[in-house]
Amino acid sequence: MSVIILLLAASIFVALIFLGLFLWSVKNRQYDDEFSPPRRILFDDEKK
Amino acid sequence: MQTEHFYYDNKTVKRFAYAVLFWSIVGMLAGLWASISLFYPSINLGLPATSFGRMRPVHTNAVIFAFVGNGIFMGVYYSLQRLCKTRMYSNLLSSLHFWGWQLIIVVGAITLWAGKTSGKEYAELEWPLDIAIAVVWIIFGVNMFGTILKRREKHIYVAIWFYIATWVTVAMLHIVNSVELPVSMWKSYSWYAGVQDALVQWWYGHNAVAFFLTTPYLGLMYYFLPKAANRPIYSYRLSIIHFWALIFIYIWAGPHHLLYTALPDWAQSLGVVFSVMLIAPSWGGMLNGLFTLRGAWDRVREDPVLKFLVVAITCYGMATFEGPMLSLKNVNAISHFTDWTIAHVHIGALGWNGFLTFGILYWLIPRMWNTPLYSKKLAESHFWIGTIGIVLYAVPLYWAGFTQSMMWKNFTEEGQLRFQFLETVTHIIPMYVTRSIGGALYIIGALIMVYNLRKTIRQGHFTAQELAEAPALPAAETTHGRTYWHRWIERRPLQMLVFSLIAVAIGGLIEMIPTFLVKSNIPTISSVKPYTPLELHGRDIYVREGCYLCHSQMVRPFRDEVARYGEYSKAGEFVYDHPFQWGSKRTGPDLARVGGKYPDSWHYNHLLDPTSMSPGSIMPNYGWLFDTELDTLRTPGMIHAMQRLGVPYPAGYAAEANGDLARQEAAIRASLKGDKISTGANKEIVALIAYLQRLGKDIKAAPKEQTAIKDGGALMGN
Repeated sequence: MSVIILLLAASIFVALIFLGLFLWSVKNRQYDDEFSPPRRILFDDEKK
Repeated sequence: MQTEHFYYDNKTVKRFAYAVLFWSIVGMLAGLWASISLFYPSINLGLPATSFGRMRPVHTNAVIFAFVGNGIFMGVYYSLQRLCKTRMYSNLLSSLHFWGWQLIIVVGAITLWAGKTSGKEYAELEWPLDIAIAVVWIIFGVNMFGTILKRREKHIYVAIWFYIATWVTVAMLHIVNSVELPVSMWKSYSWYAGVQDALVQWWYGHNAVAFFLTTPYLGLMYYFLPKAANRPIYSYRLSIIHFWALIFIYIWAGPHHLLYTALPDWAQSLGVVFSVMLIAPSWGGMLNGLFTLRGAWDRVREDPVLKFLVVAITCYGMATFEGPMLSLKNVNAISHFTDWTIAHVHIGALGWNGFLTFGILYWLIPRMWNTPLYSKKLAESHFWIGTIGIVLYAVPLYWAGFTQSMMWKNFTEEGQLRFQFLETVTHIIPMYVTRSIGGALYIIGALIMVYNLRKTIRQGHFTAQELAEAPALPAAETTHGRTYWHRWIERRPLQMLVFSLIAVAIGGLIEMIPTFLVKSNIPTISSVKPYTPLELHGRDIYVREGCYLCHSQMVRPFRDEVARYGEYSKAGEFVYDHPFQWGSKRTGPDLARVGGKYPDSWHYNHLLDPTSMSPGSIMPNYGWLFDTELDTLRTPGMIHAMQRLGVPYPAGYAAEANGDLARQEAAIRASLKGDKISTGANKEIVALIAYLQRLGKDIKAAPKEQTAIKDGGALMGN
């Protein structure tokens, strides 16, 4: 069962990357505006 | 802020779309073939490549990596550019990604048909392809992250978060699960063995479901559903919350594939708890998707694209409720090894992945070819035929799963098992027939789609490069007053990523290296010995033919299993199994204790023609084993590899191994002769018989040997 150390290390490694990305995203004010993003994506930018 | 003009790359999207259409038919036909062989085994034409054991991995690899894989890339390449308001980072990488992936699929299919398999479920492709997958995945990652970094839209939409999580986790899973020692160009042995391999395999396997079949498709849902319905996502906040919750929880659910096996109890319980917790973030996704259609349900009635998306999201909800239910130990005791698992898989695969892909194709192709869909009526027909196909697929298998499990567990008043294993199989044949009808309907629907889309393509004109405009991002934001030192790296996401990785990698290495220098963690039962050279050859044949796909090797601690198969399986029995072969399904009986149950001649006749020993059996004939020579030149390499993986053969044994092999081989032939069977020297069948006759025997060795067990806890599985 010692392989669980490897799996824990790998999973926690990935989890820490995710934690880092989460903290960055909050600090980068990605969630300050929850109104615009769902509407913004509905508009296409092609030159018609 | 000036407006910049640039072009979206539609050519790569088109290529991936064509690949999806092609591989969908190939992959589903392979599945249909495999399913028909369960009630009509003669469909394998007496050939190795077309037998169930080889067809099934061709099917799973084709539908997961070729169909869903190309579907992911098609959707990501289309949506990522538009969400980032920029072209894909590199045309060259886009091309390499596309052609590299298709090459892997083609070579993969050929090698799987040829029997080049690692024997690990959903990771059957051998080591050269594992390396190729890693290379192409990195190409994809550089292309994707490069695009994100040069975005003109500062905000990273939720779909992109799903794509990022997918990329990171799949890279990790693939690398860890693929650690194997090559012995030849197309053969390797997994570094992990027995219980350890089981845990790694299902940590990988469940997370493949999570991060290949789920997270990228949730990302696609978050883009294509609002676009198709022309409505914003119901709750952006919910999408963020359930995204982060989902990716943190999913990784721990893997042990639910190993309930009531020789995996330690605490690991099993962990898997159960996390699997149940997973209902919340999964249903967050389903509800967000369905509520997005609030006020637009009349359009679902009119629009086949929305119909496909609604059924897809609903099937996602069903599967993510059923999954946690199947993870409860009491439910799992009934469902494990039965067709209920396959029903569950296909609700997700046909419903969620299949229908979401179809919905996206019906939306995307008319758009890229600047023309309306050729026939809305045909798309509606596809929808209904496909939906009925899903129902006819899953419901018979629910019935079959329950029926078979109840029959296995049925005792007479005198305390005997009421049913032979074979009776439980023949009883559910009608359900297998109905399932194949369901699958065939699903394929017919897909063929209608291919026709419809082809007509659409021919009547339209394709925009390979789509002109777009967007303002450039403003230069670095001004800050006011003093800023603390950490701000430097916070504004540079790439550097932050790199430094975080270095920091964590150092920590990880410090943890891992000592563990692997200390070898004593492996539990041993002293009577369990390594396989003989002949048995190792036989095991390679067992893996090659995919026997583990129908036969399990894990007796669970239930009264009916101990009565039918013998003593329940202990962790220490599998320490030399590289890879483990516990199996996931019992189309045939468990083989963990088959050693010594039948004479050699029984196995000989059974493998030549199973119906001769088991009338009504659906197992195919394995005639080629009787003509093919054993390649004994491989033996020293095999022994040497096993030694490097920690199997305690005596030093220098590689040189003597073929001597022992010849003696054991002659002994088996002599015993066959005693039953009036004569076979040529050195044929593969003798090796396979040797392997089968070894299974489960070691712990039945003389009782006094068991006092020599090093660690009393070993039998409990540690």
